[in-house]
Amino acid sequence: MQFAHYKTDGFYDEMFDAEGVARPEARLLLETVESLGEGQMQRCQRAAERLLLQLGITFNVYGDSAGTERIFPFDLIPRILRAEEWTWIERGLKQRIRALNAFIDDIYHDQKILKDKIIPEEVIRSAIFYRPQCIGINPPRGVWCHITGTDLVRHGDGQIYVLEDNLRVPSGVSYVLENRDLMKRTFPQIFEGLHVRPVDDYPSKLLETLESIAPPSSWQKSQKPTVVVLTPGMYNSAYFEHSFLAQKMGVQLVEGRDLVVLDGFVWMRTTKGLRKVDVIYRRIDDDFLDPKAFRADSLLGVRGLVDVYRAGNVALANAPGNGVADDKVVYAYVPDMIRYYEGEDPILPNVPTFLCWRDQDRQHVLQNLDKLVVKAANEAGGYGMLVGPHSTAQQRADFADRIRAHPRDYIAQPTLALSRVPTLIEDHFEGRHVDLRPYILYGQEITIVPGGLTRVALRKGSLVVNSSQGGGSKDTWVLANDGVNGELPAQMQTQTQSTGVRP
Amino acid sequence: MIGDTPLLSRVAESIYWMARYMERAENVARFIGVNLNLQFDLQLDPEHQWQPLIDTSGDSVVFKERYGLASQHNAIDFLTYDAENPNSIFSCLRAARENARSVRETISSEMWEQVNSMYLRIQANRQMPEPESLPEVFRSIRLGSHLFQGIMDSTMTHSEGWHFARLGRQLERADKTSRILDVKYFMLLPSLKDIGTPYDDIQWSAVLKSVSGFEMYRKKHGRLQPRDIVDFLVLDREFPRSLHFCIHKADESLHAITGTPMGAFQWPSERLTGLLRAELDFMSVEQILREGLHEHLDLLQAKMNAIGQGLSEDFYAWTPEELAAASSKSGT
Repeated sequence: MQFAHYKTDGFYDEMFDAEGVARPEARLLLETVESLGEGQMQRCQRAAERLLLQLGITFNVYGDSAGTERIFPFDLIPRILRAEEWTWIERGLKQRIRALNAFIDDIYHDQKILKDKIIPEEVIRSAIFYRPQCIGINPPRGVWCHITGTDLVRHGDGQIYVLEDNLRVPSGVSYVLENRDLMKRTFPQIFEGLHVRPVDDYPSKLLETLESIAPPSSWQKSQKPTVVVLTPGMYNSAYFEHSFLAQKMGVQLVEGRDLVVLDGFVWMRTTKGLRKVDVIYRRIDDDFLDPKAFRADSLLGVRGLVDVYRAGNVALANAPGNGVADDKVVYAYVPDMIRYYEGEDPILPNVPTFLCWRDQDRQHVLQNLDKLVVKAANEAGGYGMLVGPHSTAQQRADFADRIRAHPRDYIAQPTLALSRVPTLIEDHFEGRHVDLRPYILYGQEITIVPGGLTRVALRKGSLVVNSSQGGGSKDTWVLANDGVNGELPAQMQTQTQSTGVRP
Repeated sequence: MIGDTPLLSRVAESIYWMARYMERAENVARFIGVNLNLQFDLQLDPEHQWQPLIDTSGDSVVFKERYGLASQHNAIDFLTYDAENPNSIFSCLRAARENARSVRETISSEMWEQVNSMYLRIQANRQMPEPESLPEVFRSIRLGSHLFQGIMDSTMTHSEGWHFARLGRQLERADKTSRILDVKYFMLLPSLKDIGTPYDDIQWSAVLKSVSGFEMYRKKHGRLQPRDIVDFLVLDREFPRSLHFCIHKADESLHAITGTPMGAFQWPSERLTGLLRAELDFMSVEQILREGLHEHLDLLQAKMNAIGQGLSEDFYAWTPEELAAASSKSGT
């Protein structure tokens, strides 16, 4: 299959430079793909889609009474990251997560950063996801953000920016692992000659992280702490991932109705009575976690859970209250946080952000709605968003009204020309915009799975990569080294011949 | 620690039902397959040939309301693809899959893939039914279920979860063997004068084939005789679909789950299973026939239902009182 007619259309392409020459890290891949026989690529693509369905790697579509399950579309052309660039990204992410963690801890304790007037107090008090219930809580090791899925994008200038941090319950990591597995199963020849860093150890690292925050008492009697994954249930859109992670870690997947709080501890109901639970990786939003502490009408959570957590008898990952830093207005202050808590300049830049509650910024935003992307400060999934250059006059008028009525709830950013990766569209390749979500684990130490999830906007020209809005995903390759031929370590060649053949 | 952690009650229940529904789908597929085959040998009117099958499933009232008189077409549709019949093959596989989906982290990936692909296949068949490929559909469900069991036995640790699955499978299997015997025997009664005729032989061999027992029966008893067939399907020690065999395996699994020594009991469900096991151990076929096969089978089914109910009370359901009691015990 040929790239001869492939066009970069003036965008930054992850595989080709501005002159249309393959980047060094992509050359081997390009050769392999071009050497394929007629129709082979499409056959592999169809095989991958069938496999996804067969493996039941699906998400539930909300609002669909038939309980329709859909696959998250997968494209076979991977996104490649050079070793050197990944090292830089990794350093930047670690710096950023340390600062964010320090910020959250500060906000629920002394609020020094507010007293020092680095961030206006008003911003925090008006943040929807700020949780006063969390004031004074000391999570184990002082870690609040155990699992983070930071969204990165590359702009037309080639620079990588942080788009958002996703500190609450980021999903998608199961696709990182499954995409790699799918590639190996359907398109093994594509790895030829390349040394791509493996991602398979994520579940082990996750389990290590979760065990590292267990209450000290749970390590007694030479027993390991009991870790569980808490899911809202089978009809949640990310259920596949919840059960996938529990299975890969070898821990129980529980629902709220399996847990009960008694005598100051959390227990699960088993066939042999109640068993104590020490660490809960919860995939339920703060609001639904505990009807006593948060939303009283929640049926998904566990009554009294937050009391046990506050007493230090159970650990929760992520810690409740994290969402305060997911507010897009707070996001704008992360570079300041890095300077304040870490005493360093930020390695990874933020996307320049206009805060509509500032008069000057608002004026600018209202005058340039056709050029900017406007986002609601507390929405995710690509909702509540205006992409200026793709909008109608009516939509812009509508957003202008909303901004004037609730300036605190809106921010605006320049429309980024997200980088593209060649993507199989019917029988040829076209460039499609991508982002990148690496997953950061924070326990005793900070670890990042190489690469992360590359999401791709499959609709032509679209900048929205979310699965709910026509997005798909790609495998993400971090090369072990930037030499042309990644040398594999010498394999053991000598093996004792198997015996036991009937003569 | 993981190995010692008992199953969540909810998970145990889902595994049990996953296995039951898979076994049920297999049995329904075999019943229909045998009956389809039978029509070439017997010139019965469709109602007489297909109604007993509906009766076996225990859903004759619903069927009569919706379809009226049984025909080959509506009986097969009702038992195979009808989403509103909770015991149709489609519904069974859907339920098996939903249960498996809720315990994916506990069963092996291979088990999940197998039940998922069986569901996807019947769903596709259902959308585009081809009457001429029906025998193949039933065959593939039978084989699919055998594959599922083989995968389960060779990829899943034979610990608590596996035993809950085996418990479900054996109870379901015993129930289905008793039903097919009951219905067919009832149907054959008027023709007892035909004993020894080809007609009779064909009918009885169909009963045996419905539980995959024809060849094994031949090896053991030779000629087809009602007494021996009842003995084989109810009391045989070695045939894997006889009631005796199934209840023994179920009892073994139950004791493996609880840790109670065989022959003793701690839980009501253990006592019920042990009683039924002992009854089958010491029952004779003469006694069954003397007292009435139908009455006997009815009683056995009621006892198996009581075991199912007992399992639910002992292991799956938690009442507020039990929770309170558990809290006073759990001082660790």
